[in-house]
Amino acid sequence: MGEVTKVIYKYLRHDKKFPHVWCPGCGIGIMLGALIRAIDRVGLEKDEVVLVSGIGCSGRLPVYVDFNTLHTTHGRALTFATGVKLAKPSLKVIVIMGDGDAVAIGGNHFIHAARRNIDVTSIILNNSIYGMTGGQYSPTTPYGMRSSTTVYSNIEQAFKISELAVTAGAVFVGRGTVYQAKLLDSLIEKAILKPGFSVVEVIAHCHTQYGRQNRLGNAVEMMEWQRDHAVTVEKAASMAPEGLQDKIVIGVLVDKELPVYQEEYEKIRERAKATIGR
Amino acid sequence: MLLQGNEAVVEGALVAGCRFFAGYPITPASEISEILSIKLPRLDGSFIQMEDEIASLGAVIGASLAGVKSMTATSGPGFSLMQENLGFAIIAEVPCVIVNVMRGGPSTGLPTFPSQSDVMQARWGTHGDHPAIALSASTVRECYEMTVKAFNLSEKFRTPVVLLMDEVVAHMREKMVLSDEEEIEVFNRVKPTVPPEWYIPYEDTPGGVPAMANFGEGYRYHVTGLTHDVRGFPTSRPDEIGPFIARLHRKISQHFSEIQMAEFFQTEDAEITIVAYGCVARSARRAMIEAREKGIKVGLLKLVTIWPFARAAVERVLQKSRILLVPEMNMGQISREVKRVNPGVAKVFTLNKVDGTIITPDEILNRITEVS
Repeated sequence: MGEVTKVIYKYLRHDKKFPHVWCPGCGIGIMLGALIRAIDRVGLEKDEVVLVSGIGCSGRLPVYVDFNTLHTTHGRALTFATGVKLAKPSLKVIVIMGDGDAVAIGGNHFIHAARRNIDVTSIILNNSIYGMTGGQYSPTTPYGMRSSTTVYSNIEQAFKISELAVTAGAVFVGRGTVYQAKLLDSLIEKAILKPGFSVVEVIAHCHTQYGRQNRLGNAVEMMEWQRDHAVTVEKAASMAPEGLQDKIVIGVLVDKELPVYQEEYEKIRERAKATIGR
Repeated sequence: MLLQGNEAVVEGALVAGCRFFAGYPITPASEISEILSIKLPRLDGSFIQMEDEIASLGAVIGASLAGVKSMTATSGPGFSLMQENLGFAIIAEVPCVIVNVMRGGPSTGLPTFPSQSDVMQARWGTHGDHPAIALSASTVRECYEMTVKAFNLSEKFRTPVVLLMDEVVAHMREKMVLSDEEEIEVFNRVKPTVPPEWYIPYEDTPGGVPAMANFGEGYRYHVTGLTHDVRGFPTSRPDEIGPFIARLHRKISQHFSEIQMAEFFQTEDAEITIVAYGCVARSARRAMIEAREKGIKVGLLKLVTIWPFARAAVERVLQKSRILLVPEMNMGQISREVKRVNPGVAKVFTLNKVDGTIITPDEILNRITEVS
């Protein structure tokens, strides 16, 4: 067993939960690998990690790993995560969401969690489609693309998840692709270490639904597309907006300091206690 | 001291050990939020105002899983939004308390007017077959006691408990003597005593309620809204699904006598028994007294537990009285239940009012004269 495999093996739930539900060639496994490597590098204990997810292909991720795992309702993962974090701040809360999960049904929770700067790490798998339900268009399906519910063409504009997170106030936002697994490792590691609301958007392929319906090829070909269209933040800074139209800007988009909710709430507790008896 | 119903809920919650509240502003429940936002941080608890009621109940469930007794408070429109995560708390067996100060509906309805129209929603609002516990309160004292009871039942049976109040009871002020905390029975969830490797988070037990480990205490397990096996892992095996859903129901039905609370007033010799709850029970009691003064033998069965429906209590008055009258501030939600359990020996009459005003003792008295 290779060293990398050994690390992953250490964190998996080996009793009963395999094989997993994902299609052969799916990018979620790469994201899970990156997450485990990041957690291992940071050195978190299994007991102190709470892995929360919503609904969809990505929602199934926590069940395979040996942490405190919480598979919630569609779009609501961040609300549960907020409760866990506030009730027990010593826990490290990491939330896994899909694109529909995070910015369609859960869009409101997403922007408010970012605005509050709750100390939670969000990892969003963006594969531009509702995969599990059969390939319907999501808020990140690009204009003009086909899906089970846009067979004539998608006439809606797509959300840019990372840019949305930046605007909503997230203190750390990074974007990577499942092709660039090592970058993903480091982005997730940085996000976990960052106090406050951190976001890592993971661009992934759904060859089974999105790829098939739009004739984008198999998993390998779709990953090659990621490789060919990924541009680092540094390089993108020197490029004209027209040149960035069909590109995926990868790397750290934002890393800033803002008061963290939990620390601010500690101050509120002190102020509240000072008013007792008044 | 002179307390408002909503204030009494806060006092009850704090005595019961509630240390987390998440909510969204809504009339006529907002006082609960406002007071807890002041009191919880003093006790090292947490208050957070969420972006909506869906988020509120999500946060409450998350906090409870982390080991902190948690609640939210809302009214009809918010209660509608909470149905989704209410179902989650039921299937994942997470204790929590939801106060619903009922107001007139449907939709935005009558924000500042009293109503009892969410009774059936508290039973069947969330999808799927599920048990439900809902309590009611008709006095400020009961707002306090039933909040404590709601927490105790939720911790004991690992299920969400709804406290159905109405705008009258929530905003009414009454004298109330707060007892010493020692006198109040507070129940805390049963934690596992076995080592983590032996822990079976959704194990069937004689009482039907498995021990609950809190996140971060060494018992790493999976919590999901999917139908799951005893380990908490999603299952599609009929031999695991059936027993699991059966246990969810059994853990409540096996303890009906402990959950179902009702009060009997002069029902022993009553020819007519009024069955009422919430603020209507107050008018009913007055009507009963006045009817007796006129020589009509009237009794009152006050339902405190709304769900599971106190069938045994209703059957007891059905054996004594030839007429049952069910006054309600809705189109007849509990009267349906009374009719359902009536084998046909008594006549069941209704008195329904949905115009945003309370049912007065006179109205009940008139109805008694009509039906007797």
